[in-house]
Parts: sequence; structure tokens; C-alpha cells
Amino acid sequence: MTGRLEGKVAFITGAARGQGRSHAVRLAQEGADIIAIDLCAQIDSVSYPMSTPDDLAETVKQVEAMDRRIHAVQADVRDRAALQAAFDAGVAELGRIDIVLGNAGIAPMSLHPTPEEWQDVLDVNLTGVYHTVEVAKQALIDNGGGAIVLTSSTAGINGIGGDTPGGLGYTAAKHGVVGLMRSYANTLAKHSIRVNTVHPTGVNTPMVVNESMQEFLQQDPTMGQAMMNALPVDMLEPVDISNAILFLVSDDARYVTGVTFPVDAGFTNKR
Amino acid sequence: MTGKLEGKVAFITGAARGQGRSHAITLAKEGADIIAVDICKQVETVPYDTARPEDLAETVRQVEALDRRIISAEIDIRDFAALKQFVDGAVADLGRLDIVLANAGISTPADSLGMDEETWNTMIDVNLTGQWKTLRASVPHIIAGDRGGSVVITSSLAAIYANPGTAHYSAAKAGLVMLAKVLAKELAPHSIRVNTVHPTTVATDMILNEPTYKLFRPDLEHPTREDFEEAARTLNRLPIAAMEPVDISNAILYLVSDEGRYVTGTTHVVDAGGQL
Repeated sequence: MTGRLEGKVAFITGAARGQGRSHAVRLAQEGADIIAIDLCAQIDSVSYPMSTPDDLAETVKQVEAMDRRIHAVQADVRDRAALQAAFDAGVAELGRIDIVLGNAGIAPMSLHPTPEEWQDVLDVNLTGVYHTVEVAKQALIDNGGGAIVLTSSTAGINGIGGDTPGGLGYTAAKHGVVGLMRSYANTLAKHSIRVNTVHPTGVNTPMVVNESMQEFLQQDPTMGQAMMNALPVDMLEPVDISNAILFLVSDDARYVTGVTFPVDAGFTNKR
Repeated sequence: MTGKLEGKVAFITGAARGQGRSHAITLAKEGADIIAVDICKQVETVPYDTARPEDLAETVRQVEALDRRIISAEIDIRDFAALKQFVDGAVADLGRLDIVLANAGISTPADSLGMDEETWNTMIDVNLTGQWKTLRASVPHIIAGDRGGSVVITSSLAAIYANPGTAHYSAAKAGLVMLAKVLAKELAPHSIRVNTVHPTTVATDMILNEPTYKLFRPDLEHPTREDFEEAARTLNRLPIAAMEPVDISNAILYLVSDEGRYVTGTTHVVDAGGQL
């Protein structure tokens, strides 16, 4: 059977592991070739281990195992010039661009907050998403259309995340992504480019399932309560977000644009 | 290839034509059996022809052509006793119920303060109370099955975005949002998900008629489809005049399939950017 994304090319940030890797693999299963970006290095204010070059190599291996092409580059979404160069090289190799997933993000929340968390999380989770769309925008217009999905969070809809610099910054950045999405959806619609956000609840990835984040969530019992889903499931799998994104970027959603798409086991509705 | 809904059973109201028929066919293609109802006669106050028995027969024919089972009946969703009796029997025959699509609805463009009471009351009875009766007659079967399930209520862009001449329609469609959200909360422990879909204009008989064209083109005495499309295109951000029924069916397929297994309590907008 022909895949739903046969012949398409997708640009994915944060693709070394977690949700980003899952998106790369899921879209490749449906026939897409992949341009994969990840920092593959630590940011000082982040207390859990971030991705490594080995993680990105594993994504490459899994996509190639499906006979799809992948152009993988270690690049920082905060560095516009480096991101542009990585994107341009990927498009040159794979021939076109149809899909952009602004997925890279950090969650600098711990029991030992530092003032640097605020700026770092805004730089990665908001400015990095802005850079991601900006480096790809003209190529999508030249392509005659496409789909952009920006990864927000239930913290992009609700005031959760606590009151540390990193928690506040995370919630502010994820709300900010919605504003970016709505503006881009308006300005890019005439080019048949659709722009939407996804809003996951807790997902089983290294960003959430690590000692530091679990300590942070347990410090305050109201926080644990705040993280409870309505459906009887503690944590989603990355593929659940990938399936939502697959719907949004495929022709099934050809007229869906400008929407905030929760994949949250009823979390937002329950609050 | 195995369908995404193999072995499942879906109950769909307003299934004789338009979006409802499209949903029945889309779900059947993915392996679901169908329980279908439609009023199949003229609804009072409605200025266009509502569905007829031959429309429902065509839906049955198309589902059966896909080698799926379908049980259908001509029922008014305002009649709870008839709904319950039919759904009870159909679920017994097909063995289970997994999916409910509360899709039946009418459109009666009218001045908000000038419309008569029959127009207001019929709208609320069909587009709001009728959906509640649909769920009341069917969701207990999903709960009893104890396998979880998925409910999608068809709301509208009109629940989010105000258009003159649609006060009764918009009030009913907005009411459905909270019906869905409260039920989503109540039914989550049973792993039953409840969402609304919000289409903009879809090319169906409910939309493609002169009274609706006049909503969009109050400046013209007898607006045509072309006149309507010219105005509708300006409402959508994407460069289109109207969507096809299958665009809503595809959104519903995502919501009711395992791909949407953790999506509940959401307002799922399919509107070509109309709310922006």
C-alpha cells in the first residue's frame, strides 16, 4: 500500500530521540524523507541529560531501515545561520520540502533552579521555533504549499509548570508558540501552507522520565495532582503525538489550519 | 491491509446523505459495521429538502458494497423512545457498540429577533436536544461493553465564530460543546472519549440552497452557487469556498481510531482557517 506521505520531505528539529525521533520514524513509515536536526549536546541550565550524537545516529538507522532517505545534522535551533545552512543542505540533497515540525524543546525544571533557566528555555522553545519556521518559510512557499506543526504543550493552554524561572519560562514559551502559529496560519494561508500546534500531556520521553523531573513533580503534591489525566493513562507514548501530527500534515487534514490540537488524555478539559 | 476499525460498530445519525453518509462509508471502508438513522422526511421550518427514504437506501447500498453490515431505520432523533428501541435491537444484532457520531442537524437561516417560535424551538429540539437523546440512547451500550469507545458530536464553526442570521443554530451548536466536555469528563474513567468537530461550510444539501446563499449574500435577490462561493471564499483563510464531506469524515476517522486514543474533551476544528 502507498504511504500517506509518499514523495514528501519533512524537516524535524529535536529529532535525535523522544517525540522527534518518533515523528521521523512515523513519517518515514508513510513514505517521507527526513531532514533531521538536533543539538546533541548539553545546555548548562538543563539538569537531565540531553541528546547525544549516538541518539541522532540511531534515528538515522531507524529511518534508513525503512528505505527512506535522511539528512541528519547536529545544529542548534538558537543559531539561525547554522539552522539555515542545515536546512538548505537537506533540501539540496532531498530535493524539496513539504513538512516542517518545530519540535525541539527543553524543560529546565529542577529542585535547584537557576536564573539562567528563563532565558535558555525561551531561546530554545520559542525563539528556536521561530527560527525553524523562518528558515523553511520561503522554500515552502516556492513548493506551492505545505504543513507546519509546532509542538506546544498542555502548558501552552494552562498555567502549569510551577514558579521557578524554568517552569515559568516553559509555560510562557509554550503559550508563545500558539501566537506564532496563529500569525503564521494567517500570513501563510494564501500560499496553501497550513500551520497548527499540538499540545501533549506528559509523554514517555527522556525529557519527562528522568530523576530530576520526577523530583521536581513530587516536591509539591498539587503538582502531581495537576499532572493527572482524565483518561486512565499516566503517560502517553511518543507515537500518540506522531499520529496526531501525521493526521495534521497529511491530505486528511488539507483544510485544517490555525488550530490548537490537544493530545492530552482529557487533561485540559478536566481542569 | 486490515482496516483501522476492524470489528467495530458505529452508530450514525443523519446518515442518509451529506456528511453522515460520507462518515458511514469512510468508517465502513476501515472495517466498521454501521447502525444508521435518518428522519427521511421533510422537517418543519427547514427551507430546503431534507433527506428522503431513497437517500438512506443509497447509504445502505454503498456500505453493503464494501461488504460491511448496516442496519438502518427512518427515525427522528427527537423521538427518544424510537431511538432507544432501534439502537437496543441493532446493538443486539451486531453484537457491540464502539462509536457514536451525533451528526444529524438542520439549518434554518433566520433573523435572530424576528424568527417565529417554531423555528427557534425546532432548531433547539433537533440540533441540541436531539444530540442528547442520541447519546442517551446509545452511550450506555458502549459503557456496558467495557472496552472503551469514542463519541464525536458534530458542532460547527458557528459555535466559535458569530455570523448574523444564525442565533438559534449557533446557540445549539455552542451548547453541544459543553455537552461534549461534561460527558468527556464523566466518561473518561470508562475510557470513552468525547470530542466535537467544527466544520466550516461543507458542500452538502444543507448548505447548497438559496436560503443559505442569501445568508452569505444578503445583497442579492437570488444569489447563485457562484455568488455564494465568492463570499464563502473570503471567510476561509485557505483559498477554498467549501470543503467536501470526506474532509470531516477523515477528521472523525482520526478521532475514533486508535490514532486518537488519548484525545478527549477537545474541540476539533476543520475550518480552512475560518476562526483565525
